[in-house]
Amino acid sequence: MEPILFIVFGAIAVGGSIMVVTRRHPLASALYLILTLFAVAALFVLRQAHFLAAIQVIVYAGAVVVLFIFVIMLINVPESRLPVERLTGVRFLAVIVAGLLILEGALVARRFGLAGTPAADSGSVEAVGRALFTDYLLAFEVTSVLLLAAVIGAIALAKKKI
Amino acid sequence: MVGGILQYLWLVPALPLLGVIVNSAIALFAERPVLLRENAHGEGGHGAGDAHGHHASPPYRKLVAFLGPAVVGASFAVSVLAVLALAARPAHDRLFVQVLFPWVQAGTFQAPAALQLDPLSAVMILVVTGVGFLIHVYSVGYMSHEKAFARYFVYLNLFTFAMLLLVLGSNFLVMFVGWEGVGLCSYLLIGYWYEKKSAADAGKKAFVVNRVGDFGFLVAIFLIFWTFGSVDYTEVFARIPVLSERGVLTTGIATAITLLLFVGATGKSAQIPLYVWLPDAMEGPTPVSALIHAATMVTAGVYMVARTSALYLLAPTSMAVVAVVGAATAIFSATIGITQNDIKRVLAYSTVSQLGYMFLACGVGAFAAGIFHLMTHAFFKALLFLGSGSVIHALSGEQDMRKMGSLKKRLPVTFTTMFIATLAISGIPGLSGFFSKDEILWKSFSSGHGHAALWAVGTAAAGITAFYMFRLVFLTFFGDSRMDPDVERHVHESPYSMTVPLMLLAVLSVAGGWIGIPEALGGHNYFEAWLAPVFGHGTEGAAHGGGHHSLALEYLLMAGSVGVALCGIGLAWYLYRARPGVPKEIAGRVPGLYDVVLNKYYVDEIYDAAIVRRIVNGSVWLWEAFDATFIDGIVNGVGALVRGAGERARRLQTGVVGSYALSLLLGAVIVVGFLIWP
Amino acid sequence: MMEPSAYLLLSGILFGIGVTGVVARKNALIILMSVEIMLNAVNVAFIAIGSYLGDVTGGVFAFMVMTVAAAEAAVGLAILIAIYRLKETIDITELSVLKW
Repeated sequence: MEPILFIVFGAIAVGGSIMVVTRRHPLASALYLILTLFAVAALFVLRQAHFLAAIQVIVYAGAVVVLFIFVIMLINVPESRLPVERLTGVRFLAVIVAGLLILEGALVARRFGLAGTPAADSGSVEAVGRALFTDYLLAFEVTSVLLLAAVIGAIALAKKKI
Repeated sequence: MVGGILQYLWLVPALPLLGVIVNSAIALFAERPVLLRENAHGEGGHGAGDAHGHHASPPYRKLVAFLGPAVVGASFAVSVLAVLALAARPAHDRLFVQVLFPWVQAGTFQAPAALQLDPLSAVMILVVTGVGFLIHVYSVGYMSHEKAFARYFVYLNLFTFAMLLLVLGSNFLVMFVGWEGVGLCSYLLIGYWYEKKSAADAGKKAFVVNRVGDFGFLVAIFLIFWTFGSVDYTEVFARIPVLSERGVLTTGIATAITLLLFVGATGKSAQIPLYVWLPDAMEGPTPVSALIHAATMVTAGVYMVARTSALYLLAPTSMAVVAVVGAATAIFSATIGITQNDIKRVLAYSTVSQLGYMFLACGVGAFAAGIFHLMTHAFFKALLFLGSGSVIHALSGEQDMRKMGSLKKRLPVTFTTMFIATLAISGIPGLSGFFSKDEILWKSFSSGHGHAALWAVGTAAAGITAFYMFRLVFLTFFGDSRMDPDVERHVHESPYSMTVPLMLLAVLSVAGGWIGIPEALGGHNYFEAWLAPVFGHGTEGAAHGGGHHSLALEYLLMAGSVGVALCGIGLAWYLYRARPGVPKEIAGRVPGLYDVVLNKYYVDEIYDAAIVRRIVNGSVWLWEAFDATFIDGIVNGVGALVRGAGERARRLQTGVVGSYALSLLLGAVIVVGFLIWP
Repeated sequence: MMEPSAYLLLSGILFGIGVTGVVARKNALIILMSVEIMLNAVNVAFIAIGSYLGDVTGGVFAFMVMTVAAAEAAVGLAILIAIYRLKETIDITELSVLKW
């Protein structure tokens, strides 16, 4: 069952992300991004990472992309003033280099050649929670500071007058 | 206690250096502001040494007038004590080396700043500090009307310091420092009146001509180091026998070294072909001419040849070259001396001529005789120059002998002392010049390296010397006055500060030769015995090489040279006293020859056309064609290249984040690719 | 069961697409979204290896990455707004003040 689902959701993720980077209007990109993120969340579920799949949907698709869409609306660049993007030499080169990177990633992945083993309890809410609040407690707390800093920074940057 | 004074040998050069430091402080901080203020008021400019402006003497001038001579006097005192201490030692032990500090150390190359006192340098420091002291004292009087008084004494003290370094150094490198130092001071002092173009030009000429010689000297030092692995006198001379045996030191190398050294000597000591700067050097103040261009600096070449006598004795060709050049210079410049009308120029050519004698002596292996003549010449030539300075001073700067005459009564001290010096240089028996000159002539005939032709040329030059010196005396002191009435009114005998040195030098000119009376005249040549440890077997060979010549021959030759001198004097008396019209007649009868000699054989013009013009043209070409296009092209081209490259490389920095991200990605791809490369 | 190398391959492909978006696009908003794709690609790898090894650390790391991604998106978008106010553009080729 898993291989079929993997191929389906993997294809959705790849296709969605290709759409994200190729759309002219950022709003379309954002919507495709949601699609991609959902597909990735499904892949997480396939690997028994239920907790992460949940946050993926809630935080990413629910919060981050909404933030993107808010900004797109807020800025509201008219269609005519969107940057005109042609396939220049440099951009072509960029695509080729990125393709090389994908090739290299494939080579690395192939080299792993890991045989499949049954997934242990590695992604459940309980397991992640236990690890977060015992072994990685400090990192977890620091993450909260990071988020606080990001919130303050975002306000400071985006506000017209402080 | 006596030996202890040698530990203070360093004071000998250090004291004049102290004078340099103090005097330059005075010159910079006391004198220069005064001069600048006066120039601002538009009353600069002064004549050739004898501007009779009366200045209130500010205190700093008194300090300089005391300090300048005092440091040299003190240095003389230390020298005398040191030489006495040296003399107290046994003859074979008369070598004292004082290492002051390590100076140049590179691998096997060692050149410490060290002083060496041996009989040869002892003679030299006594002459330099002794005569130097008298000339310093004289300068106080002579330069009393000069505004840049302290500057003068800075140079003069610096010269004394450098000259002492030259003769006291214990290796070739220290000697070279002194050598260049005296060259610099010579340049500075010739150009002392630098507002005068001729003086500035003469200074430049002296400096440039000396460079030619210095190049030879420098190459010779390299060659010495290359051959001997050392530049220290003691080590070099000690290794000569070993290296000769091993075949390292061939006659060819010895000849090359000695000839190159001699090139240096011809520059410094004004020998053919590099003598041309010395007559022009008379643009400097007269005491400078006396000290630097007669008594001391120009004899540095003779000192250097004598110092390296051990090497010269290995190279017969070089010896012959030295002797021939010396003899040729002696007679060549003597003939020019006949026709000159400028009193100082006569003396200048006379100096060149006498230096030729010294090299003649060295060239025939009679180094002691050369140094002996160096010493006596220092006495009487310094006296002649100072005397001429006294005359010039009395005549408000007049140097042309055609505008002098009948000064015998007006300047009695000057006349008497100068007359003594003239007798000495002419080789009248009993005076110093006779003994040293006769020694040289005898050696040039009798020594193993000598030749009858050398003797003949030397004797002829001696006769000409007597002639032109008495011509000078007759024109200056005898006959009718040909002075400008204006000048005549101001004629006065010089102050004591000038006449006392004259008298002391006169005593030395008479008695200075008595330490080297040849055995043929029943004396004993103490001087040669004193120098024997330095020149070793070489001098002995030369001295006793003539053993098979009879005493009778020596007397005969002596009488011959005296006779020639007397003929010269007689001729001078006949031409310039008895028949004053004859010289013009003779000059009129052979106008071509007379003009050639009067114009110094056109040597300056030939040099100008053959060398100077070409170098100037070549330099202009190098400047206009080579430097302006090629060198500047390279320089500007490099600049343009860098600018252009920058202009292009600038484009890489677009400032667009995307491009930086792309290069980052590119780097990552390359690194990953490198890591997973099979 | 799938072998994890398939997930790694997928992760590499997603990452490459994200990189392409970052270096090839001019629109700053899309570049930020591409960065999100890259981060997600990494998360896929983390989860795959973590579950394969039966180790929860992969999940924890993915969690941290998400947090960072959220913070990055917030700050990045705030900067974008500030720049847009100043320059009236979100074309990064026109934002070349790095070259003065």
